[in-house]
Amino acid sequence: MTIPIEMFNEEHELFRAQCRRFIESELAPNADAWETAKDFPDEVFRKVGAAGFFGIRVPEQYGGAGGDHLMASVWIEECSRAGSGGVVAGINMHGLIILPALAQLANEEQKQRFLVPGVRGEKIGALGLTEPGVGSDLFNCASIAKRDGDDWVLNGAKMFITNGCRADFVLVLCKTRPEDGHGGFSTLIVEKGMKGFDQGKRLEKLGWHASDTAELVFDNVRVPSANLMGQEGQGFYNAMANLEWERLMMALGSIAASQLVWDRTMEYVQTRQAFGRPIGRFQVNRHKMVDMATGIEAARQLNYHCLRLLLAGRPCLKEVSMAKIFACEVTDSVATTCLQLHGGYGYMKEYKVERFFRDARLNTIGGGTTEIMKEIIGKLIGL
Amino acid sequence: MKIIVILKQVPDSETKIKVKGDGSGIETDGIKYVISPYDEYAVEEALKLKEKAGGDSTVTVVSAGPDRTVESIRTALAMGADAAVHVNDPALEGADSLGVARALAKAIQDNGFDIIFAGKQGIDQDNSQVPSAVAELLDIPQVNIIAKFEITEDKSKATVSRRIEGGEETIETSLPALFGCEKGLNEPRYASLPGIMKAKKKPVKTVDLAGLGLDAGEVGAAGSHVKILKWIPLPERQAGKILQGMETAEASKELVRLLREEAKVI
Repeated sequence: MTIPIEMFNEEHELFRAQCRRFIESELAPNADAWETAKDFPDEVFRKVGAAGFFGIRVPEQYGGAGGDHLMASVWIEECSRAGSGGVVAGINMHGLIILPALAQLANEEQKQRFLVPGVRGEKIGALGLTEPGVGSDLFNCASIAKRDGDDWVLNGAKMFITNGCRADFVLVLCKTRPEDGHGGFSTLIVEKGMKGFDQGKRLEKLGWHASDTAELVFDNVRVPSANLMGQEGQGFYNAMANLEWERLMMALGSIAASQLVWDRTMEYVQTRQAFGRPIGRFQVNRHKMVDMATGIEAARQLNYHCLRLLLAGRPCLKEVSMAKIFACEVTDSVATTCLQLHGGYGYMKEYKVERFFRDARLNTIGGGTTEIMKEIIGKLIGL
Repeated sequence: MKIIVILKQVPDSETKIKVKGDGSGIETDGIKYVISPYDEYAVEEALKLKEKAGGDSTVTVVSAGPDRTVESIRTALAMGADAAVHVNDPALEGADSLGVARALAKAIQDNGFDIIFAGKQGIDQDNSQVPSAVAELLDIPQVNIIAKFEITEDKSKATVSRRIEGGEETIETSLPALFGCEKGLNEPRYASLPGIMKAKKKPVKTVDLAGLGLDAGEVGAAGSHVKILKWIPLPERQAGKILQGMETAEASKELVRLLREEAKVI
């Protein structure tokens, strides 16, 4: 029997070429300006929408493409070429997390209100899980909504929210019946302009400069019951259901970006001369390049293994958690080593490795820290 | 309307082209092939016209080239074209522009046509001959290098613009006609993901010269009026000369002398 080596077929490669053309002509040329401005215009969402890239995992009847995780992975890999982790974070939070969640959980009326304009990039979504005092221990979520007539009255705060300031709507995880434990959570769709909803101001960060990251505050916000997404009491499980994919997204994105930076560093060590030869010809540097290439390749193959499991509908929480740890730690070390190989120039903004170094630092933290991943795996192996 | 697009697959403009050691051609290993960029404008204009004309209008891509050409044909189908004719015959390797035009014209004739779009030129050899030759062989008017395209409501005439020195030339022509498309005519769309997934199911008819009723000895390389004798790589750039240890006035004089006598540019 012949085992296929390539996961991606001709259609994926055709799609990859389209993604690359879009990212290289619409996003990358503006990356420097957006990073400096610490912002990118809402117009970018419209462009991504008009070109059809928000609909990858949305059914055709809602304006999407009905693609699978593999097609989405192609887009994620190409996004590394955008040259700004912050821009990619904003776009993919909306297109690959919010919209598929709406497609999966929202009712028909909500889909018409949020999903259809969302696919076009005309409405922008954000996800409210993390809170000022709660991260991966979501169970301790302090945001609470109480029923009052036909409305929910929401109080609480959400932290580090991507697209937070600009979001037209936020999927907010909150407790609706605290006494019911894990079964006491629900997801409310909170909309821009609702009384008592403060979208705060942009948080200053080490990297992801172009990203709109905010703290959101809910002060007696009346959310109509029509904005309850999914079943009451299912919020916690719904939030957990997609974490595998969301973590794999980070692993895939970080390795694609690592590869790109490795490629650029390869060019640099072959052209930059010191002591009469290219610096890549020194054994110490050659070994660094080889170590990085090995790490990247190993991480990529673990990512692809997880992707296969996910596509086959097999449970893969353990493998995905391992992949996230491994890919993000590899990326962290690639960032450090590539910057080092660039010497003084690596420390300068002019060489993109400086931005990558700052952006990459998020990977071992966001979407569950490396330490949390290890706790998940620890539990799964029975220790 | 039966809308035809003539499409050529060419090496990506970012590919570094290497000439074979014996000068018989270029190294094809590692070359990435794409739709010739001007042909993308042709595809886009054809799709726009189809959307405007509505009804049972179809866009058919006609392309001559080896097996790999199918990838570029699929891209055009993914953008929204309905069907394709792929003229694939080894005898066409080394055929001149007229030979290729004969094959394309016959394929277009067999398919039927109301209007034809092509790129103004292929970006590989830049001969700019095939579109005009196809129009001539089909005995229809042609306007090349168009930057604007309008069609009358009854689809009997088209008004197009060409950029000329210091202005614009507007031309009206009856249809059917062939148009060579220039940059700026439109912004080619992205092939959407649903479009990509549907492209595989769209019909691509493959024909060889015999299938078109053409004689390979006449249309193919054997009957070619033009033969490429040799490919020569661009000469490597010579190292520059720096005038050192001279006073400015003296160096200027020497520079002028060198530009005049050695470089022969002044």
